[in-house]
Amino acid sequence: MKAFVEEFKEQARVITRDLRHRGLIQTALRKYEVARDRRKGAFGNWQMARQAAAEIKYEAINHLDTYLAEFADKLMDRGTQVHWATTPAQAREIILGIIKSKNAKSIIKSKAMTAEEIHLNDAMEKAGYEVVESDLGEFIVQLRREPPYHIVFPAMHLTRDDISALFEKELGSAPTREPEELTMIARRALRKKYITADVGITGANFAIAETGMISITENEGNARLTAALPKTMITLVGIEKVLPKLEDLALFLPMLATAGAGQTLTGYNTMYGGPRQKGEIDGPEEFHVVLLDNRRTELLADPEQRDALHCIRCGACLNVCPIFKNVGGHTYGTTYSGPIGSVITPHLRGLQDWKHLSNASSLCGACTETCPVKIDLHHHLLQNRRNASEQEPSALERFAYKGFAFLINRPGLYQFAKEMGRLLEPLHKMVKGSKLDPARSWTSTRDLPSMPSQSFKEWWRNR
Amino acid sequence: MRITLFIPCFVDSLYPNVGMSMVKILEKLGHQVECPEEIACCGQPAFNSGYWEESRAVAEPVLARLRQSEVVVIASGSCGAMLKVFYPQMFAKTEWAEAANELSPKVWEFSDFLVSKLGVTDLGAKFPAKVTFHDGCHGLRELGIKKAPRMLLEKVSGLELVEMPDAETCCGFGGTFAAKFPMISTAMGEVKCSNAQTTGADYIVSNDSSCLMHVQGLLSRQQSPIKTIHLAEILANS
Ligand code: SF4
Repeated sequence: MKAFVEEFKEQARVITRDLRHRGLIQTALRKYEVARDRRKGAFGNWQMARQAAAEIKYEAINHLDTYLAEFADKLMDRGTQVHWATTPAQAREIILGIIKSKNAKSIIKSKAMTAEEIHLNDAMEKAGYEVVESDLGEFIVQLRREPPYHIVFPAMHLTRDDISALFEKELGSAPTREPEELTMIARRALRKKYITADVGITGANFAIAETGMISITENEGNARLTAALPKTMITLVGIEKVLPKLEDLALFLPMLATAGAGQTLTGYNTMYGGPRQKGEIDGPEEFHVVLLDNRRTELLADPEQRDALHCIRCGACLNVCPIFKNVGGHTYGTTYSGPIGSVITPHLRGLQDWKHLSNASSLCGACTETCPVKIDLHHHLLQNRRNASEQEPSALERFAYKGFAFLINRPGLYQFAKEMGRLLEPLHKMVKGSKLDPARSWTSTRDLPSMPSQSFKEWWRNR
Repeated sequence: MRITLFIPCFVDSLYPNVGMSMVKILEKLGHQVECPEEIACCGQPAFNSGYWEESRAVAEPVLARLRQSEVVVIASGSCGAMLKVFYPQMFAKTEWAEAANELSPKVWEFSDFLVSKLGVTDLGAKFPAKVTFHDGCHGLRELGIKKAPRMLLEKVSGLELVEMPDAETCCGFGGTFAAKFPMISTAMGEVKCSNAQTTGADYIVSNDSSCLMHVQGLLSRQQSPIKTIHLAEILANS
């Protein structure tokens, strides 16, 4: 198997030259930025809101044991069955077990990145179940048999024409450029599935410890139908999703909508507190909540990067990241892309295999500046780099930096190096950009500055 | 004031005129400038690549020399961030921790020093051209410098400042990143150049020569008529 880093580089090489992709993503995200900035104005003080949110998440994550227990107890009080999964395999097993026990055939699912994380759809399909994604974007990428491009906008890399052509091919619909019509085509296909599905699977945006409730935020109403129509509802939640109090939502719901999509509030905000209770006329008969660890507790044990568990998966850091904008979501090859993905993937899937994502950053800090819960994202990339090189240093790099230190700490030698540089410059011009050029990774697309006749220090000395 | 001007290695060897302009400006304002011979680099390349020990080997002499200074002015926002923000982290729990914490508040990026410390914005400079300003990320986000360079540019006679779209977006340099992931770095630089081109400016100005080296590298390759120039070179022009 090719190393992940090679795959990343190969795809990056192709997509960074794809000007159509570049234009599409830049345009979409510029629109997002305008909307987001307008909505931010609705907050009395956005920076103070970020601070408050960070403090609430700090409290939740630093007392995760207490809040999770409270959350689970409250859920069970109203008859919800709570399951704890340490690994993705356990989570899949639990969910497949429930599906099997219900003799289910078809499953409807609303958007859940945790499900992507554990490759749930694959597992269910392999076990012979029909799984349909009910979120429009997810439905589209499912038809294309590809993973979501972005954690909030799964199909943002596609134009209306792309989607129309896809629907024409897969669903036999007539071509159209109208977003409303495209939505209707998907809706017609989906409505049938809601009615026949035996099990509905959802993710969760927040888990409220105080009341034992799941909070789900969406724009299409599909998660509501996914939760309400099938007899059995399963919610897969990462353990970091906990918020201590119900009133915390008063901050987090508008904040997620603003940072995530430039909306004041997301279209539908629903809370689920358990299965259908006596005397109630609707809701699922059975409600299962599966709490997923998948190495989050290892991240919790790292005091330097623990705040990465504050993440509310709003996607704002992806939206402002110049790396994401240029390489796009699929190049990462991970469930979580963009800055947050580069920070946590090494923790979730192994540092040495995924350290390249931390290296593939100019450390510009746009992510940290935008993150609504103030995760120190770009500094965590630096820490990942340090941890990776302490664990498994590259002999070549270490040698180079040691050599550099030796040279730069000796003024005479440094002066000599500058003079050599000037002497070698004409020679370098002869091989510039060719295979023989040692600076090819720079010179294949960029010119080098020419060496001045004297350095600053020479000038200073002779002044 | 006795000012220690730290000219980082790449400014020293590739952009001496930037350092010379700074000396000229600070001396004109009546300050005494010293440029220590024995220190050359802040150690950022190794630090950013994760080789903290190797970085400390470069940074220790810098720390030892600069801690004696009254005030340190540095010719790059990026190296400034290294001294001010990252030294305290990198030297935490070492024998140099105290020195790093002591040095941090004494370090100033050049434009910030002029405006915030000296309270000067008008240097009597002339530069009849249309320019656009690129915010270097380290200066902008690690040091919080946004207004100072613009306040200085506004006072330059004959100069017209036009903001480009996404002036705060990274140019794609990122030190070793530019060599490790040249395809991404180049794409980011191309976006930066095309944003700058929409302003119709003659010059892209920045307070960081490293960004300018990257942008100029692309512009020259594209044979674009836009030029790059460091803020200090404009301010020293009279
Ligand atoms: S890291 Fe911050 S900005 Fe990025 S997705 Fe998570 S909460 Fe949003």
